[in-house]
Amino acid sequence: MSRLDDLEAQSIYIFREAFNKIENIALLWSLGKDSNVMVWLAKKAFFGNIPFPVMHVDTGKKFKQMYEFRDRYAEEWKLNFIREICPPIEEMDETLPPAARSAARKTVGLRNATQKHGFNGLFAGIRRDEEAIRAKERVFSPRGNEGKWDFRHQPPEFWDQYKTEFPEGTHIRIHPLLQWTELDIWNYTRRENIPIISLYRSKNGMRYRSLGDEDITHPVKSEAYSIDEIISELGQTKVSERSGRALDHETEDAFERLRAEGYL
Amino acid sequence: MDMNIQNEQIVKEQTSKDMATRELLKVAIVGHVDHGKSTFVGRLLHDTDSLPDGKYDGIVAMCEKRGVPFEFAFLMDSFQAERDQGITIDTSQIWFSSKSRDYVIIDAPGHKEFLKNMITGAAQSDAAILMIDAHEGVQEQSRRHGYLLNLLGVDQIAVVVNKMDLVGFSQAKFDQIESEYRQYLGSIGVEATQFIPISAREGDNVVVLSNNMPWYNGPSVTQTLDSFAKQSAAIDLPLRLPVQDVYKFDERRIIAGNIISGQLRIGDRLSFSPSGKTAIVKNIEKWPIAYAEKEKQNIVIGAGQSVGITLSEQIFVERGDVISHVSDNVKGFETGELIEPHLGKTFTAKLFWLGENPFKIGKSYKMKLGTTEIMVRVKCINHILDAENLSQAQGDQLLRNQLGEVVLTTRENIALDDYRYFNKSGRFVLLEDFDIAGGGVISLETYENERAKLFAKSSNITRVDHAVSLAERENSNGHKGGVLWMTGLSGSGKSSLAISLERKLFRQGMQVYVLDGDNLRHGLNGNLDFSDIDRKENIRRASEVAALMARAGFIVIVSLISPFVKDRKQASIVQGEGFYEIYINADLVTCETRDVKGLYAKARNGEIKDFTGISSPYEAPEKADLTIDTYALSVEQGAQKLMQFAVAKFHMAYEQDYSI
Repeated sequence: MSRLDDLEAQSIYIFREAFNKIENIALLWSLGKDSNVMVWLAKKAFFGNIPFPVMHVDTGKKFKQMYEFRDRYAEEWKLNFIREICPPIEEMDETLPPAARSAARKTVGLRNATQKHGFNGLFAGIRRDEEAIRAKERVFSPRGNEGKWDFRHQPPEFWDQYKTEFPEGTHIRIHPLLQWTELDIWNYTRRENIPIISLYRSKNGMRYRSLGDEDITHPVKSEAYSIDEIISELGQTKVSERSGRALDHETEDAFERLRAEGYL
Repeated sequence: MDMNIQNEQIVKEQTSKDMATRELLKVAIVGHVDHGKSTFVGRLLHDTDSLPDGKYDGIVAMCEKRGVPFEFAFLMDSFQAERDQGITIDTSQIWFSSKSRDYVIIDAPGHKEFLKNMITGAAQSDAAILMIDAHEGVQEQSRRHGYLLNLLGVDQIAVVVNKMDLVGFSQAKFDQIESEYRQYLGSIGVEATQFIPISAREGDNVVVLSNNMPWYNGPSVTQTLDSFAKQSAAIDLPLRLPVQDVYKFDERRIIAGNIISGQLRIGDRLSFSPSGKTAIVKNIEKWPIAYAEKEKQNIVIGAGQSVGITLSEQIFVERGDVISHVSDNVKGFETGELIEPHLGKTFTAKLFWLGENPFKIGKSYKMKLGTTEIMVRVKCINHILDAENLSQAQGDQLLRNQLGEVVLTTRENIALDDYRYFNKSGRFVLLEDFDIAGGGVISLETYENERAKLFAKSSNITRVDHAVSLAERENSNGHKGGVLWMTGLSGSGKSSLAISLERKLFRQGMQVYVLDGDNLRHGLNGNLDFSDIDRKENIRRASEVAALMARAGFIVIVSLISPFVKDRKQASIVQGEGFYEIYINADLVTCETRDVKGLYAKARNGEIKDFTGISSPYEAPEKADLTIDTYALSVEQGAQKLMQFAVAKFHMAYEQDYSI
């Protein structure tokens, strides 16, 4: 089996496992390249019908192109689409650095949405190669009260057996893309012909490698326009994927603190 | 050594097509705490020029902030607690490429407190690097990790002797460690691919061969990595497809799962275990584009793939069923690679225990074996293994992080594979509360395959138009189904005995249910009164329900006055074999004295018509299968006697150890 076939089979297995074992689940769609691959894999796992809601937790600060993409494909892909809005910045912890404070809106928005809909499981498109804290994640990752991540006591996970049982009041984050790399995402996007947001393509010598809120996400220098060019560029670059994401770089422990509170 | 050395092996420029198909090898780094695993990974990434821009400078800054010397471990040890304490808590992964392929390096913690995290990391890998500190030599976790790698199914191992700079690059020291550890691995049947002396801190022999150890002629670590083979999917083994789910999104009923081994085509006849049902593959489903009609005969799906199939016949299939091909050969265990899985209730396992509480004889745990979930009971702990010196001790429990050989039993037959032949379908995990608390590999060496026995029996009663035959149910339950018909006067003690017996049989693991006359009259027989004709109908319905339940495998305890011989005779005919008439004997005076429900008083007052013993006759059995004299026996004594009778009549070579 090819590397992409392997990854695909594993992700589909994870989707089906979560759907069978956990009642009331939803997929978190952030509209970026990773979560688009995730939606695509969910469609594959369930033969075209995603049998759970696809939710966008909206900060209201995404790029225009992202909203256009969302509205178009929510319909075209026949998604059971839910949009939930994040609370304003004033309600966030003042001691956080600015970008982290902005990102915390998403954490709280996500927590509120989870409680509102009573979701016991959420599919999130994070990957281990993105960031060193995420590299320590489990595929089925339990979240305690308030969505908190107890990263010091993660359950064992081996032999394709996942944590699918958990006490009342907690939920599970499910990470079907955990083992994928940025290059795998692009190779798969190309192979499967999955649509992408134009911001990933070079414009005036710049492109976005990772998409977040408009005010805390920056483009990188790049001439890559086609997916082939993007893949070729990634094969050579030594710039990290999230270098354009301000919140990763504010303090050494900013990301760990965010994730412990429930950030993706 | 120059920190910025560029290595010829590492070529960053690849064509894009190349990248999609490049092989990915997963390598775990294991070994005793503080033997330098995380440092090694940092060195490896640095020397292969795989670190993103700014990462190296970032680590320099973090170290300065903490006032410690430069520490590569900070690359993988991303938690603040890990950096502050200088210890790896949880497993992490990082990617790098050599000329020939890509690697994921899985850093596994070496502290014994974090063994569950080591297992989480190592179990995913194709190969492992086991690190031993040249200065400290072979330590407890060096051996334990070696043993666990074998148990986890990782059979390609390079042993790296680190910190050679601290022992003056001594060949004698290296030779001594190699000899000691090679012997240990040999005793558990493992052969290391290579022993390599390195200094992770200085970079010797990690990527580039070192001038400091001219006596070493072997390959560097990266060269050794490149010699490892990717574990290939087990397409040559017999088919195993555990059913993960069954979907009915549209008119198709799709059976979904991940193929663990073997291959499958449209038209194949499949066997479902443990039920023994068979069906033919109608189609292999695919999205977004379905297979074209003309290509269908050429499609082969196989090990590793997550698939969906439909069947030609509509048989009942559910999660946990194991799909294989059909085979007539159920006896052979010559090769161990059975076409259809072994069926049984008992197996031996090598187990590692990670739970907070001890793993104990007599306790029950939920087992996940593929997609099967079932309770298993710890029948026996054959021995507790000391991974340090491989000595075996006796005991009745395994503590956290201990290893042992155990015997587990289930209440029903399940599909089992022997780990020696099926390394993926032959392993399982155990749960304690909500978490995975242990893992094990199955040995079936001394156990008889129940398949022949089971399905030979069921073939005799193929007239039964059920997908699951009575013989299968009986085998699954470990006992026959049948009816214990308790007759006797009101107040004779039928209900008390029935309830007590039900509890006793249930504790024995038997499928048992009480049909009580009073309860039936609340529902099923709610429209009947106590006239002779309605009494007859009351009994007819009760006997039909009892017989149905008995055919479903239950031991049915009927508690009914049933005063007439003729009606009881009719009930015994409805049931046929497996009907036992039990006379609950107490004389009228005793019953009337008891009068727990106050019915006799009402009957004497004429408030109840047709009351047995008062205004309606009771015909005592002439030849009951068992008589319980309740005026002479206590409820407990009576129930005990009934219990012995029931076990003798229904029990099928039932295992003693359920009688707790």
